[in-house]
Amino acid sequence: MKFSQETLLRLYYDMFRIRKTQLRIESLYHLDEMKTPIHLCIGQEAIAVGVCANLNKYDYISSSHRGHGHYLAKGGDLKKLIAELYCRETGCSKGHGGSMHLVDTSIGHMGSSSIVGGGIPTGTGMALAIHMKKQNCVSVVFFGDGAADEGVLYESINFAIIKKLPVIYIYENNQFSVCSRVSARQAGEVVFHAVAPEYMFTKTVDGNTVLEVYEAAREAVLRARNGQGPSFIECKTYRVRGHAGAGSDAKLGYRSAEEIGFWESKCPVTVFCEELLKKGLITQNEIQDMEQDIDLEIDEAFRFAQESPLPKGEHILQYLFSE
Amino acid sequence: MPWSKIKPELNEPDFNNVTGKDKRIIPYADAIREALDQALSLDANVFVMGQGVDDPSGMFGATLNLHEKYGKKRVFDTPLAENGLTGIAVGAAIGGMRPVYFHNRPDFLLLAMDQIVNHASKWHYMFGGAVNVPLVIWACIGRGWGSAAQHSQALQGLFMHIPGLKLVMPATCYDAKGLMLSSIADNNPVIILEHRYNFRHKGFVPKEPYRIPIGKGIIRKPGEDITIIAASYMVSEAYNAALELSKDGIDAEVIDLRTLRPLDEELILTSVKKTGRVVVADTGWKTGGITAEISALIAEKGFASLRAPILRVACPDVPTPAGYTLEEAFYAGILEIVTAVRKLVKCKERADAKKITLK
Ligand SMILES: Cc1ncc(C[n+]2csc(CCOP(=O)(O)OP(=O)(O)O)c2C)c(N)n1
Repeated sequence: MKFSQETLLRLYYDMFRIRKTQLRIESLYHLDEMKTPIHLCIGQEAIAVGVCANLNKYDYISSSHRGHGHYLAKGGDLKKLIAELYCRETGCSKGHGGSMHLVDTSIGHMGSSSIVGGGIPTGTGMALAIHMKKQNCVSVVFFGDGAADEGVLYESINFAIIKKLPVIYIYENNQFSVCSRVSARQAGEVVFHAVAPEYMFTKTVDGNTVLEVYEAAREAVLRARNGQGPSFIECKTYRVRGHAGAGSDAKLGYRSAEEIGFWESKCPVTVFCEELLKKGLITQNEIQDMEQDIDLEIDEAFRFAQESPLPKGEHILQYLFSE
Repeated sequence: MPWSKIKPELNEPDFNNVTGKDKRIIPYADAIREALDQALSLDANVFVMGQGVDDPSGMFGATLNLHEKYGKKRVFDTPLAENGLTGIAVGAAIGGMRPVYFHNRPDFLLLAMDQIVNHASKWHYMFGGAVNVPLVIWACIGRGWGSAAQHSQALQGLFMHIPGLKLVMPATCYDAKGLMLSSIADNNPVIILEHRYNFRHKGFVPKEPYRIPIGKGIIRKPGEDITIIAASYMVSEAYNAALELSKDGIDAEVIDLRTLRPLDEELILTSVKKTGRVVVADTGWKTGGITAEISALIAEKGFASLRAPILRVACPDVPTPAGYTLEEAFYAGILEIVTAVRKLVKCKERADAKKITLK
């Protein structure tokens, strides 16, 4: 597949922006001003970006506890994300959600669940709504290998196949659920061993290569838009940081520093940047300009968050029910 | 009355005081079906799903043949997968639809607690009001003919515990229709717990669509001496108990809660203020159940009005036994309510006597 320079630079920019946002969150986390559990997606940016680059504003996504990347890649408001981490009234969930519960309905992000696997059926249900309303949209469900252990995955896929729903399951296999390896929890080599390809478009890709993710997602999205039903894409990747919080967890000893190092060398952002440089599609100066733009935007978002008011205790009952 | 068949052979108590000839009397199941029929025809976003909604018995008649009228896209059978399908219903609601998800029995909802409790009930609050989940989940509490421990659980106490869920328990044919229409129109997740015994009833139901406000109860029989609080099928038992008690000269007020969440606190407290005596009756278990919650509410906010201890009528804290002799011992109803009231009213006489001698 041929990519325009504009597309390539856009993909790079989006990954770089998510990475830099994560790094800033990580570097400030020890100050304990963001009083919410964080799950960084450092090393997994290519999946969110490669998939969301195929979507438009009206398509839905479902995300999880590790959802900053999905939110930003889909076009979620950065200021509101950071404000949510600071538990401010101006946060995307008005301080009711925190890091694991992001939302931006203006771009089809209808809220992320921190119950592992919880977004799989709800994302499938959004596809049912699309199907029943005869909209030309798709619903993308991002979930991890831990979520793949849950029964709702089977239940949802089965239903999506029966109803030919426009849903795309993006399985981010980062190989761990907390400290537990996927090989200790999954019977098959690939998780859709149980779903024959004749029932659903399935594909395994290198989740650290944004163009591979992009191409597979593109096919899946086209199929969904054409009424050809659900798809399942496994993106093989790796969680280089600890499960939650900031920094590496190499000292815990459940995996080796070499293994982490190997995957760090396959960094989706750096490797892609080097390729672009090698092909002369980007220059060091352009990268610096990009970085400057991104830094300014992140500065601004943090300032916005820190200066925003905190929700008042007396409003605790607000939003229990919709009128 | 074998398990799989329930016939609308009884007239429900004449709650609505409608005896005129022009009043339309229809079976309970038909009242629900009519609500669904009207909701489906009035709003293209409404759909009905669930195991067996399109089968020959049509969910005890409540969904009978609706699939023929509205097509299998809008009235469809589902895989059993209760948790997954609840999540799918939640997602469809988030996506702008108004699903009504039917289950034969509340026992099966236990498989869907993750999606009901962790997701549906949280979505609006957790995202600061950004998203609505207009979802109705319907299930019918079983009773009798050996339903046993896993097909008869009255789980209202469990659902009442969860903020973010509305909990509706109709007692009459009129309410079964009106509350269904209100639940479908509500922008929040609503659980409707029906009771199998209500399906034995026929009652007054107007033909046109109408709604009954969620969160408001109703006085089924006014009275001065004691308040009997109930919901769902227990309202019939309470009403019949009140009629029985009136023969002894005891004037009981009967409150039908209609909705347990939001709870009509004002109606309860106003009545207790008047009568000073309360029996709370429920089809569910006693411990941690709705009788416990309502008693606590009265103790907290209406203590000054109380002239006697609150008594509760509920099922004993054991799983439902299958055998009919044991079943009979398990269920509480008119007899237990009458007994409880008599205890309290004796208590009243003593209290009055004391007052008089003190003077
Ligand atoms: C139903 C449920 N079980 C357990 C947890 C605790 N938990 C939180 S994150 C997590 C790991 C999930 O792994 P995966 O789905 O692979 O996502 P990752 O964290 O790797 O991105 C676990 C077990 C939870 N939040 N929800």
